[in-house]
Amino acid sequence: MRTRNQLAWGRVHRFTHDVLMPRDVDEAASALRGATQPVLGYGRGRSYGDSCLNEGGLLLDSRYLNRFLSFDAATGLLRAGSGVTLADVLACQCRPDRDGSAWFPAVTPGTRWISLGGAVANDVHGKNHHRMGSFGGHTRALTIMRQGGRTKQLSECDEPELYAATIGGLGLTGLIIDVTLQLRRVPGLMLLAENVRFGNLDEFYALSAESEPGWEYTVAWIDCLATGRSLGRGIFSRANHIAGPIGPTASLDNSASIGLTPPISPLNRLSLRMFNALYWRQLGWRKHARRVVPYPAVLYPLDALDGWNRLYGPRGFYQYQCVLPQATARAAVAELLAEIAKSAQGSFLAVLKTLGESRSPGLLSFPMPGTTLALDFPNRGSTTLLLLERLDAITRAAGGRLYPAKDGRMSAASFEAGYPTLSRFRKSVDPAFSSSFWRRVGGDVVPSRSASSARAMAESW
Amino acid sequence: MLGATSAIAEACARVWAMQGARLFLAGRRAEVLSAIAADLRVRGAEAVAIWAGDLSDVAVHPELIAALTAALDSPDVVLLAWGTLTEQARAEDHPDYAARELTGNFTAPIALLLGLTPAMVAGNSGVLACITSVAGERGRASNFVYGAAKGGLQRFLEGLRHRLHRHGVTVLDIRPGFVATPMTAHLAQSGPLWAEPHRVALDIVRGIERRKPVVYAPWFWRWIILVVRCLPRFVMHRTSL
Repeated sequence: MRTRNQLAWGRVHRFTHDVLMPRDVDEAASALRGATQPVLGYGRGRSYGDSCLNEGGLLLDSRYLNRFLSFDAATGLLRAGSGVTLADVLACQCRPDRDGSAWFPAVTPGTRWISLGGAVANDVHGKNHHRMGSFGGHTRALTIMRQGGRTKQLSECDEPELYAATIGGLGLTGLIIDVTLQLRRVPGLMLLAENVRFGNLDEFYALSAESEPGWEYTVAWIDCLATGRSLGRGIFSRANHIAGPIGPTASLDNSASIGLTPPISPLNRLSLRMFNALYWRQLGWRKHARRVVPYPAVLYPLDALDGWNRLYGPRGFYQYQCVLPQATARAAVAELLAEIAKSAQGSFLAVLKTLGESRSPGLLSFPMPGTTLALDFPNRGSTTLLLLERLDAITRAAGGRLYPAKDGRMSAASFEAGYPTLSRFRKSVDPAFSSSFWRRVGGDVVPSRSASSARAMAESW
Repeated sequence: MLGATSAIAEACARVWAMQGARLFLAGRRAEVLSAIAADLRVRGAEAVAIWAGDLSDVAVHPELIAALTAALDSPDVVLLAWGTLTEQARAEDHPDYAARELTGNFTAPIALLLGLTPAMVAGNSGVLACITSVAGERGRASNFVYGAAKGGLQRFLEGLRHRLHRHGVTVLDIRPGFVATPMTAHLAQSGPLWAEPHRVALDIVRGIERRKPVVYAPWFWRWIILVVRCLPRFVMHRTSL
């Protein structure tokens, strides 16, 4: 056992933990049995806020649960330890056949440096959500370890309630030991990618509607400083897998990395203004640009710069990601963007994407049909927190919700309002597990009972 | 891979598995070896054979070498990767513990390397690679029992390299620095000097491809150790290295 000062990806939250790195099921079981403090599984630490942290508690780091268990090259069914990363899956299973076609993850978020356990616990989504839904829709089974070191096999047939709670369950239903995942065939590992400039929010929605039937990956970068008639202007990116051999791919290792945190962040208001002005004009006089590129360039642009989160300097940053239901999305996004532009606090990478109809299998899954907006805010203390609270109010009034994987400050009331299945989820939470996020949003307090009786109940389990 | 359950060995095996290699894994714990073998097959290894036994028991070496040559006849690369991180204080209090550690880290690897020599000579090619440590380069108060075993192993490898040179067999001495593995899990494992096992594995695999006699992994340890070796004694004695 050793203690570790663990930062989340946003580098705002830094807590002291006891850390154990079990190498197999037996070590994980004895760690759980020996734990005197709340436990949380920890993957690659790519959650931005405190959902991957457990202040004063025990983190079970899954880095050594990183072996593949089986892969059926005929059906694409993969079973792997929860510490296996998406990068491992891409390197080992997503290699082209002679005709260039390959197995590929059905859903991938914007980084491949995440563990499969983390992908399940946050029910991550990607640029093809309108086609493929979220990650949990492609898992077929999970093995988790509950209080006392008991393992359980979960699937839609075995313990469906616990299975649904574990998908998107933020690691609170137990330690995820292994994941059975269905990969899908793609015709090739090169993508035909197109960038289209758009002048405002209406054009964004028109482009989304036009692109969704024919394009698998869609996402838009938004100039969060634009106001008035240009509000919501940006660049729409769409891409499809194309058949044929793969050209030079980015290697498994990052090409560049930020090894040290700069004492003063180079990402300030001036550089933000310059970047956004230039980025919006990257297509020059053209409105469209087409290119054929290996998949990492489109799916994982930020992976090319390892440790990019350090660029926000020693104070770190908050990411704000909300989803707004279809009916209210257009108006609420305009309101959010106007508020952000007014504050001039927004950041380089503001991302807008429409999410599809497909129902997420998890009880606490974030995606819902509508539009999701994500952007970074350099941590400037209370100015930032007050802005984010104003954004919360807009999101809540529109019937939207925030993504726990990105959050480090939402209130218990916001969380409860956004996730109507919360009380059902609570019944599946393992009493041995908790996280800083969970305690912050009041998750461990059973409503209608006092805190002390809740604790007594937890102890009597 | 002899000592295949070590984190560095497993990371190297993964690199070779992805190249479609045929692998033979020897280690102490059978169930761990089977799990590693299953993983390596998924990663692309053409074939994986396993052998479970105590490598520090010299008596079982003939059986191990027979199993190895039966699986691969003349292997292209043999990687010896077993070893334990000796607790210095315990070794000073319990000389019998120190002696056991020396058997595992020094005597047994040498016996095994000598046992493997005829097969390598007969093949007239190949690589014998052995993981030692940067700790073997200068006796230091903090770990000189471990350092003595690794340093002695380095001297042996130097001689074996000389002996096998004319037979076309390359002997590699791999000297990792701080690697974040279960063996070092009780240490803080953070800071610029610590490397992940897959990083170190890539350096080792590249060193083997290029047949470099001595590989520092990562590379910067060559210069750190050079400085440590050159420290005059009166300076060294003021440090707690």
